[in-house]
Amino acid sequence: MLTHRNRRKWLTIILFLLPSSIGLLVFSVIPIFYSLVISFTDWNGLNPWNLAAGTPDFLGFGNFKEILAGEEFWRVLKNTMYYIVLYIPLILVASVLAAVLLNNTYKAIGLYRVVFFIPVLTSWVAAALIWKWLLSDDYGPINAILGFVGIDGPAWLQDRTWAMPGIVFASIWKDMGFFALIMLGGLQGINPTYYEAANIDGANFWSRFTRITLPLLSPMLFFVLVICIINSFQLFPQVMIMTQDAGPYGSTQVMVERIYKYAFKYYKMGYASSFSWILFVIIFAFTIVQMKLQRKWVHYDS
Amino acid sequence: MTRSRFVQPLLFYVFASILAVFALIPFFWMVSTSLKSKGALISIPIEWIPEKISFEGYSKIFTVFPFAKAIFNSLFISVASTGIVLVSALMAAYVFAKIEFKGREAVFALFLATMMVPGQVTMIPVFLVLKEFQLLNSFTGLLLPSVFNPFAIFMLRQFIKTIHNDFLDAAFIDGASQPNIFLRIIVPLSMPIIATLGIVTFMGAWNDYFWPLIVLSDRELMTLPLALSSLNGQYGSEYNTLMAGSLISMLPIIVLYMFAQGFFKAGLQMGGIK
Repeated sequence: MLTHRNRRKWLTIILFLLPSSIGLLVFSVIPIFYSLVISFTDWNGLNPWNLAAGTPDFLGFGNFKEILAGEEFWRVLKNTMYYIVLYIPLILVASVLAAVLLNNTYKAIGLYRVVFFIPVLTSWVAAALIWKWLLSDDYGPINAILGFVGIDGPAWLQDRTWAMPGIVFASIWKDMGFFALIMLGGLQGINPTYYEAANIDGANFWSRFTRITLPLLSPMLFFVLVICIINSFQLFPQVMIMTQDAGPYGSTQVMVERIYKYAFKYYKMGYASSFSWILFVIIFAFTIVQMKLQRKWVHYDS
Repeated sequence: MTRSRFVQPLLFYVFASILAVFALIPFFWMVSTSLKSKGALISIPIEWIPEKISFEGYSKIFTVFPFAKAIFNSLFISVASTGIVLVSALMAAYVFAKIEFKGREAVFALFLATMMVPGQVTMIPVFLVLKEFQLLNSFTGLLLPSVFNPFAIFMLRQFIKTIHNDFLDAAFIDGASQPNIFLRIIVPLSMPIIATLGIVTFMGAWNDYFWPLIVLSDRELMTLPLALSSLNGQYGSEYNTLMAGSLISMLPIIVLYMFAQGFFKAGLQMGGIK
């Protein structure tokens, strides 16, 4: 027996959860299963389903096998790894450095905070356009500066070796302030008595940094590392804007760019869906491995 | 001691200035380029400061593209999607935080679990569904998915949980209805987090590229990032025009940041999710 009050309570629950629950179903749960179904087919997203006539054709794991057996997937993965190997160390060093600098009380701090943060506010499209122009072979300031110190700069985005590093620089510029902000939160959470004790013991800056700051910042470093790796696998606007056809010889082709092209340029919805599931599995696997590895290096202050 | 009194500030200013120059040079180059004529773009050596100021790029972007429309579209889409996210997420968050029912934690866990699946998996089916309902190339289609935002729900729930139950119980005894409690107590008390989340959502929508790229194809409907990327395809070497457009596109967010720095900081720190 529902009391009057109980009925009103349930009415509230249903009413209040309705918009997001419909959204959950229509834009998340159903699409996840739908995507899985499509990934086993050769559907182009256009022809109406007619299973008797073989539209679409069910291929089982056909798409997955084709992707993993093809040369393209491994090239794309290699490109992503090239990005990760350059990006991760640079972003960690840059953002920790920026955070350590911002964790001071000098007068100009407020100004530096704003300056470091402005790139975070810009859209990736605008940032990528700026960097495409900065990295211009003949007319860009980066090669002009390099030329000034006697280095003949590469053609960057037109060069199969240098296109990805060019994208990495743009990403460092764009992301530094954001991760510095996250790290700053970590630094401000460190108990100052550790530093006071170290000062009494006469520890210098470097040993304070490596013995206190880094270990106590490690949970934050771990968090940033996980996010950075997930973001690296989802690299997209940089590649689309800076290297319009994904670089010379496909040197900046990455997974999301491939998925986008297969789905919305070539209308191979089945193939693209399989690709997206492979991406999901890779991201998931990397995250799990990092969770396991964190026990070896992440230090939680209790 | 005297050594560190001089050396430490010196080191600070040296390193901070190096990073600041790294952060600012691209903006400087953008502003400088936007004020050049087409011919000055390819002068060698490069002109760090334009020898002759020209507004060619600014006038061109409004003539070759409905750019004023794009500014309006971005504004409309960002405001509307922020509104949808906040209303829908606040309602759900209130239930998850304050109204107990059997199976609530399981439903909440399902909401959160969907965050694990990357957007690339769901975008193809969502695109196909929108196509089926003829909602492609429309603001409705672009905005509808905002109705489900598990991250916003999670953040709001964490905050609403901290609101003392005594407030709610007192109102309940006075005979206030649930919608009344929600509107008169929960929403006003959640204003700090609503502002924070609202600003982050607005910025995300303003700068979004991926989803508009998939949904919108009509030039008249394009948002600023999409307009810029389309101009990049057509006028890829006319950097004075592209830089003028980039500058215009980022001004509103920078102005917003100047006024609401604290909210930006809190918003980005709380989630670590862009």
